[in-house]
Amino acid sequence: MISLLRKDLLILRRSRLMVALLVVYPVAIALLIGLALSRGPSKPRVAVVNETTPGARVEVGGRSVDVSAYATQLFNQVEAVPTATRTQAAAKIQSGDVLAAVVIPHDIAARLSSDVSQAHLEVLYNGDALEQSLVQSTLDSALAQANLGFSEQIQHAAAQAIGLLLKGGNLGVLGAPANLVGLSQIPSLLRRVIAHQPPGPDRAALERTLAFATFAAENLTLSKTVLQTISQPIAVHTKLLHGRRTPLNTFAVVVAVAVSEMFIGLLLAAGAVALEREEHVLARLLRGGIGARARGVLVSRNALLAEKVLLAAVCSFVVAFAMLAGIGAFVHLDSSRVPLWLAALVLAALAFAALGVSIGALAREVRAASLLAFLLSLPLAFLALVPSGSVGHGLYDAISAVSFVFPFKAALQALDAAVNQSSPGLPISLAHLAALVVLFAALARVGLRRLD
Amino acid sequence: MSPATPALSVSGLSMRYGEREALRDVSFEADAGELVAVVGPNGAGKTTLLSILAGIQRPSAGSVSRTPREVGWVPQQPALYSKLSVAENLALFARLERVADPGAAVERMLEQTGLRERASDQLSRLSGGNRQRVNVAIGLLSRPPVLALDEPSTALDPGQRERLWSFIRDLAAEGTSVVFSTHDVGEVWRYASRALVLAAGRLLFDGTPAEFLAEARGERQGGAGGGPGGGRGGERLGGEEGDADGDSAGGHGGGDFEDAFVSFLRARGER
Repeated sequence: MISLLRKDLLILRRSRLMVALLVVYPVAIALLIGLALSRGPSKPRVAVVNETTPGARVEVGGRSVDVSAYATQLFNQVEAVPTATRTQAAAKIQSGDVLAAVVIPHDIAARLSSDVSQAHLEVLYNGDALEQSLVQSTLDSALAQANLGFSEQIQHAAAQAIGLLLKGGNLGVLGAPANLVGLSQIPSLLRRVIAHQPPGPDRAALERTLAFATFAAENLTLSKTVLQTISQPIAVHTKLLHGRRTPLNTFAVVVAVAVSEMFIGLLLAAGAVALEREEHVLARLLRGGIGARARGVLVSRNALLAEKVLLAAVCSFVVAFAMLAGIGAFVHLDSSRVPLWLAALVLAALAFAALGVSIGALAREVRAASLLAFLLSLPLAFLALVPSGSVGHGLYDAISAVSFVFPFKAALQALDAAVNQSSPGLPISLAHLAALVVLFAALARVGLRRLD
Repeated sequence: MSPATPALSVSGLSMRYGEREALRDVSFEADAGELVAVVGPNGAGKTTLLSILAGIQRPSAGSVSRTPREVGWVPQQPALYSKLSVAENLALFARLERVADPGAAVERMLEQTGLRERASDQLSRLSGGNRQRVNVAIGLLSRPPVLALDEPSTALDPGQRERLWSFIRDLAAEGTSVVFSTHDVGEVWRYASRALVLAAGRLLFDGTPAEFLAEARGERQGGAGGGPGGGRGGERLGGEEGDADGDSAGGHGGGDFEDAFVSFLRARGER
């Protein structure tokens, strides 16, 4: 086995371009996937045509809001490109300089202040479905945020007014009396007055007034909460059922490392086994190894497979560990968990290599084996990343079943558990990977029955 | 090995692939230094027979006196690593064969194949003939008493063929029992000391090429005759006697032999 291993390393050393591609390509793919997962969509460029008068203000809930401040809040989710006229905005859309344009009409301040007519924004964009979808969703979100901002300001102003009614003081409204008595103070004042009143119709009337004032003060306190509920009817409280919340950037690291490890392990193992067949050496190496207990003249099938699995697993492990350690310099990863990383990376590397040798045992040529390994890799990676609920129940079950019998998802879970302490736990994922190593090694053993 | 003990003894070999019988009760022996040709039309069972001798396939029935380790195996297509040099290929297989002194074995085979000057060349840079010489050399690394070659001269030009056969004849002269399969009946006439004629998995003839020629001519003149196991003789044709054109010292040409071979098979309904 050592002789075969030395031979394979020598061949790899003489195949520098192939080795470079084998390392660079998966790492590039992995980094791209990692970037795609870790970064949100970039801000689309949107032309903004502000037709309002400079310095225009809107009165909301007794407070004055600058329209420009509103626009700033509205457009912080896009890369706003200030544009003077609607015609210029249309030209920018047509030239592809911006994805869309938003026109803030001149009467928006008047409409917002009127309390009766709804304010409108005009959105211009090209007919491309993807662009429409992106711009629409971004602007909807921005508008929702801005509306929420207005709503909060209205609620804040109303709450201030209610507080003043309850506690008393100066309303600050022209014509309103100064130093008003607060509603919450009225019940105690009335009680003192009633205590000095003889029984009779006046006292009864005062007692009825006291009951009303007490009731009103208590319920006006509640109205603050009611106002808050109206401004934001649904509040989200998240609860993690099991495991630990995985930050998107560290999950992206795990995905990138798992993809690299899969590509290298799979392609190298598949290619190394297929090379023996392509060079017509398989029969020479394994002849005599016929029958349940027979050993080959030169090597046994088990030794040949073990050598290929070892070669591919060591190479993919080294690259994956180097990636993880290198990324750790830029993204915070808990270094006290390094022994767990190693366990996950080793088992994942062995599982990928075992799948690789089973592919290589089926193929007659290195090119066919590499193509098969490549064609299998990407769908496996994408299937493992499909979140539950994003597809139909039956389809998700089918995806889960496929992902279960191939090592990528198990490797991803093991690495995620090792790096991010996510669920399912590391022991379960490692056991899963170990079972897959045995399964694919057995399949490869069957595939090597054919020696030609 | 004494003359009474054959270097290789094959007894009652049969091979079935489902319903199809690739070999039917084939038996023969080969002495040390004999060059035994296995000849027959496509699908006759030549490669199956050699695969069984080499331990690549297990027969459905029958036995071979030698273990696969005692049989040097030279497949039809060179089974070598094209990214390794001649010496590296030889050294690798010497180590895998657990040869006592791999370095000495490599030196011996470089000498024997005449490839010392190309020792450090990668296999991919060698001609087909030289690659085949390395292929044969690997089969000989452990000095096996029996060498099995599957169509060794296929895809070689006439010059390369001649050099290869010269090399193989030298091996036989040193006592190695050589069993080779071929499509080229001219090679049987020129180089073989014995011919095994296979058709549809049956051994139709086992004897010297001269005996084969006589039997086939007799059939042409006197109608059908002969049959499996036409007898063994010690007369050696080809090799020392035959020239490059295939003509033997006895005056029988390779063309005559080929005609006899065709009429022999026709008479048995195999062609």
